[in-house]
Amino acid sequence: MNSIVKACKSDLAPTVLELDVNNHAGVMSHVVGLFSRRAYNVEGILCMPVGDGSRSRIWLLVKEDERLEQMVRQVEKLEDVLGVQRHGAAHEVFERLEEFFQ
Amino acid sequence: MNHDRSGAPEAAGETLSGAEIVVRLLERQGIRRVAGIPGGAILPFYDALSQSTRIEHILARHEQGGGFMAQGMARVTGEAAVCIATSGPGAANLLTAVADAKLDSIPLVAITGQVASSLIGTDAFQEVDTYGLSIPITKHNFLVGSARELLEVIPKAFSLAVSGRPGPVLVDIPKDVQNERIVVESWPAPGGRLAAPAPEPEPIAQAAALINAARRPVLYLGGGVIHSGASAEALRLAETAQLPTVMTLMALGAMPVDHPLSLGMLGMHAARCTNLVLEECDLLIAVGARFDDRATGKVAEFCPGAKIIHVDIDHSELDKIKTAHVGIRGDVAAVLERLLPQVEAAERADWHARVAELKAAYPLQMPGLDDPRSPYGLIRAVAEAVGDSATVATDVGQHQMWVAQAYPLRRPRQWLTSGGLGTMGFGLPTAIGAALAEPERTVVCFSGDGSILMNIQELATAAEEGVNVKVVLMNNATLGLVFQQQTLFYGKRIFSSKFKGVPDFVKVAEGFGWQTCDLDHADDPGAALRQALATPGPMLIHVGIDRHEQVLPMVAPGGANKNMIGD
Ligand SMILES: Cc1ncc(C[n+]2csc(CCOP(=O)(O)OP(=O)(O)O)c2C)c(N)n1
Repeated sequence: MNSIVKACKSDLAPTVLELDVNNHAGVMSHVVGLFSRRAYNVEGILCMPVGDGSRSRIWLLVKEDERLEQMVRQVEKLEDVLGVQRHGAAHEVFERLEEFFQ
Repeated sequence: MNHDRSGAPEAAGETLSGAEIVVRLLERQGIRRVAGIPGGAILPFYDALSQSTRIEHILARHEQGGGFMAQGMARVTGEAAVCIATSGPGAANLLTAVADAKLDSIPLVAITGQVASSLIGTDAFQEVDTYGLSIPITKHNFLVGSARELLEVIPKAFSLAVSGRPGPVLVDIPKDVQNERIVVESWPAPGGRLAAPAPEPEPIAQAAALINAARRPVLYLGGGVIHSGASAEALRLAETAQLPTVMTLMALGAMPVDHPLSLGMLGMHAARCTNLVLEECDLLIAVGARFDDRATGKVAEFCPGAKIIHVDIDHSELDKIKTAHVGIRGDVAAVLERLLPQVEAAERADWHARVAELKAAYPLQMPGLDDPRSPYGLIRAVAEAVGDSATVATDVGQHQMWVAQAYPLRRPRQWLTSGGLGTMGFGLPTAIGAALAEPERTVVCFSGDGSILMNIQELATAAEEGVNVKVVLMNNATLGLVFQQQTLFYGKRIFSSKFKGVPDFVKVAEGFGWQTCDLDHADDPGAALRQALATPGPMLIHVGIDRHEQVLPMVAPGGANKNMIGD
């Protein structure tokens, strides 16, 4: 586990969520709003367009507390979210960013 | 949906403004009536609407009123209804009605004007972030970027509103997009209800096995049964498997409350016997219900000995509050259709004997049933006078709970109440919308002196439209439910719940052009009530109620359902 992932508050295990979404100005707000209005902290966010730019991929680093399953189901309901995958903390996407967070 | 595609000529290559496109799309959608209030940022749309021969505009007196009128239309028909507001204050005023639709899963399409795209984000006159404000209270929302986008967004908004778990969709349209002219070559199909994926067979078989093996099962119906149009299937399930049945506030009418298997509403203001039956059940079959805290009381102590089957179209409702032993994701009607053939006919003589015992020992106490000037007596007298064809709306407070307890609701979509959000001011405009959508029915709206003031301006709309709405105003000069809670749970410290000045509601209503009937001054209140209810057009029926009357029994907020105050 790298320092970014370790820096997350609390002792709960970190989890990485991978979301495939439509790429427009409101999508990020829809996604993070689901977390913030439940006082569920998002520790890390990464988002970039994919393919022709009509879609994006959002990576979220969150703590795996007992609400995670409910959160995933809520995210899946969003009209602009095309798919959600769960990865363990070991996923390398945030690890590779380490040098930007020294 | 009952699409009417006969109207608009499909001339290829018409040049139309965004506003005209919206109007045409609404026409093609089968919309015949919208409610709203114009203003600067939505004027291009209103100008286009003025040219429509197919869509009538109901001019509300407050955007929240317009939103609830649309809700009234949607709640009685099950189809998406439309409300309109301008930018800024108009959109802000609309939000409560939209949030209310979200919590009760009502299909609504809210169309708001927005300042021109070039001004967005500049604190322009009447600019508010309608998109941002509406994210958490809509099923989905759109900020439209071009006239061309409307061809996709408007049908999609309708489709989203009515498909799956219904809900409100907001479409925010900048003024320049309304004015933008484009060539429309062809029209998209109207947005309709998309079929939910067929439910998985395995959990249905497991559910049937649990039902067949259960000794003390209870069927727990929620608003999803109404939305899915599954009342008949639910009734068949109850009758086949002989299931004592409870309903949430939102499900009242799914099974006639006087059906032998019905135990009425569960939860905070249930009859004691209803909550006690749940206490003893060994299987709870939750159908289109979401284990709301007003229904379950303290969740850890709800149905302590029961296995749970939970049917819901919304995956995120399964396991949200209570983990289900069998969770079935799917449209309630489709699930029940598949479940029914696998459920064995049962008698359950022992269980029914026990239920009968509890019913006899702990029935709902309804004092004053023969006095039309007492809460229960009034509600029953109204029901008797108007019959099953009438639609019943309420505001929020004691009067709402008394009606929920005592009104013999017998059909789905008969009952319009703000369940999830509990919005005072819901009743009158919702009743107006219901009366406009179904002019052949009488619509009765039970209200309180607190609630009626929250959308009193809609008396003007009702008078203008001549709707057949009867407001039964139960006036206790008090925010009654607050007064009751302060009495019971705050050491009788009554604060800010007693009105010192009370308007003369009869005169107020007359001033708005309503007919009135004051039961307080009637020699024969029963006869006066019947006559008022039988008179066509808007009518306010005023009844003074003692502010010390309480809605009982009651579960203390946060308490377990088995511990009820009052008999
Ligand atoms: C918009 C709104 N504000 C506040 C409340 C809190 N509240 C719930 S019931 C109630 C009192 C309702 O009074 P009234 O309409 O006179 O009905 P009663 O309880 O007297 O029958 C209040 C203030 C609410 N539900 N909705």
